[in-house]
Amino acid sequence: MGKNKLAVFGVGVIIILSLAAAFAPFISTHDPAAINIKDALLGPSRQHFLGTDQLGRDIFSRMIYGSRVALSIGLVAVGIAAIIGIVLGSIAGFYGGWIDSLIMRFVDIMLCFPRFFLILSVVAIVGPNIFNVMVIIGLTGWMGVARLIRAEILSLKSRDFISASRALGANNFHIIFRHLIPNGIGPVLVSFVFGVAGAILTEAGLSYLGLGVQPPKASWGNILFEGRAVLGVGWWMILFPGLAILITVLSFNLFGEGLRDIINPRTRE
Amino acid sequence: MLSYIIKRIIGIIPLLIGITIISFLVIHLAPGKPTELMLQMNPKAALEAQEKLDKIFGLDRPLHIQYLTWLKDFFRFDFGVSFIDGRPVRDKIFERMPITILINVLALLVIFIFSIPIGIKSAIRRGSFFDRSITIFVFLGFAAPGFWLALILMDLFSVRLGWFPVSGITSLDFENFSHLGKIADVAHHLILPIFVASIGGLAGVSRYMRQSMLNIIHQDYIRTARAKGLSERLVIYRHALRNALLPIITILGLSVPGLISGSVIFESVFSIPGMGKLMVDAVFARDYYTIMGGLVLSALLTLIGNLLADITYAYIDPRIRYGKK
Repeated sequence: MGKNKLAVFGVGVIIILSLAAAFAPFISTHDPAAINIKDALLGPSRQHFLGTDQLGRDIFSRMIYGSRVALSIGLVAVGIAAIIGIVLGSIAGFYGGWIDSLIMRFVDIMLCFPRFFLILSVVAIVGPNIFNVMVIIGLTGWMGVARLIRAEILSLKSRDFISASRALGANNFHIIFRHLIPNGIGPVLVSFVFGVAGAILTEAGLSYLGLGVQPPKASWGNILFEGRAVLGVGWWMILFPGLAILITVLSFNLFGEGLRDIINPRTRE
Repeated sequence: MLSYIIKRIIGIIPLLIGITIISFLVIHLAPGKPTELMLQMNPKAALEAQEKLDKIFGLDRPLHIQYLTWLKDFFRFDFGVSFIDGRPVRDKIFERMPITILINVLALLVIFIFSIPIGIKSAIRRGSFFDRSITIFVFLGFAAPGFWLALILMDLFSVRLGWFPVSGITSLDFENFSHLGKIADVAHHLILPIFVASIGGLAGVSRYMRQSMLNIIHQDYIRTARAKGLSERLVIYRHALRNALLPIITILGLSVPGLISGSVIFESVFSIPGMGKLMVDAVFARDYYTIMGGLVLSALLTLIGNLLADITYAYIDPRIRYGKK
């Protein structure tokens, strides 16, 4: 019972966040990149709701703009992972045989790499910026989707309505894209929601290391990166962006749990 | 059992080849050669020098030849020389691997020791205050970024309260300590990092343990055990627990790459000289050979972790050993 309310809470937070991202220029009180050394490292006040950083930039405004980064990285990375995962997973599940073995071995191999090691290696080559980070998180995060959709298609493909469609003369393309994927997409959709949460966490981690979104562009992770230098003094630079990440990731996870219960009532407790 | 182990090890070979191919391609698809970077730091070097360097590193040969050469060196644990300080990458990685492995093994231990009783208790007292508090902890544990948690703990316990050292794994006067003192010193430094490293796994595994226990409790043989008058203790700890533990071993095996991934973060936060920190430093310096060596070895560690989990599973559950596959 309580679970539904939690899912609604999650959706509510996601909506508020999306609005903040969309209307960032109107909500933020300062220019997020404006440097003002004489206001450096001020605590939260009426002037600066969440304080300022070493360069006197307004943390509240930087965090509002940071929500754009978090959401767009979450969505684009998951979009890329979804396309690769769905295409490879459905090909593997539908054709079976050596194609299946080949694709699934590739999945196994990709899963052997600790994700951060792989991401860092690629960042070292292509350089850190918001676009590269989105793409790399997507390219290293499709394996779960591929496994899920393959399993769904394997269980669907011998069902009667597929045989019926084939008897009516449908080709493989039609069967995969009009019947198998739409019917098997449920659990995969749920995994997208969890995927957004994971991508936001990954971006924050990368930016915290200084290898993600680069200042002056604000991201929650790079505010934390700069906050680390003033550990023990500028607590507001550490507390607030971290809470933003926590609440956002929590909301996507709660939303995902709720969605899973709707799609598959058996998991309901 | 032995034949099962051999079969598993043979099954690993294609994965190993795949890992080396992907690691090799990732680095070699880079625009520009590593030698160009070396020369950027030295403006006096001419094109001629670059060609010479290419020859030394073998970069003038076709890609597949380069791969095979690299593979041959790789199996002799020769990963090339670091661009930063000219030391062999092998030495740099191997002197840092023990600390990363130590922290991850200890973290796994912590996860195992705490999450299992937590999972059991949540399952038996489902819906209780304890169960609900644990559920909240699980969701927070999943959502809290590890490095943020680390920063908060450092700010509170190290900077403000001074209970724990701020960074590193040894104190400045480490050399003067007795044997026991040295162990105590390292342990003192590792408490916060291990806590941070295990928190995500703790949340995940106790959740799985709870689910696994709930699945078992409703099975017929548990009802039979109760019906023949066994005490609740015996039913839960003798009959239910053994079967509920099985999937947990797989989960622990699967959490290995995540833990190693996490080393990158918490080693950076706590300035621990392990593989994760080495990797981050190498990325900043674009030290390609170190990156490549670190990438391959991290995947290798994952493979070994998964293999150990599989073997343990087969050892405990004969159905796997003698099963179809």
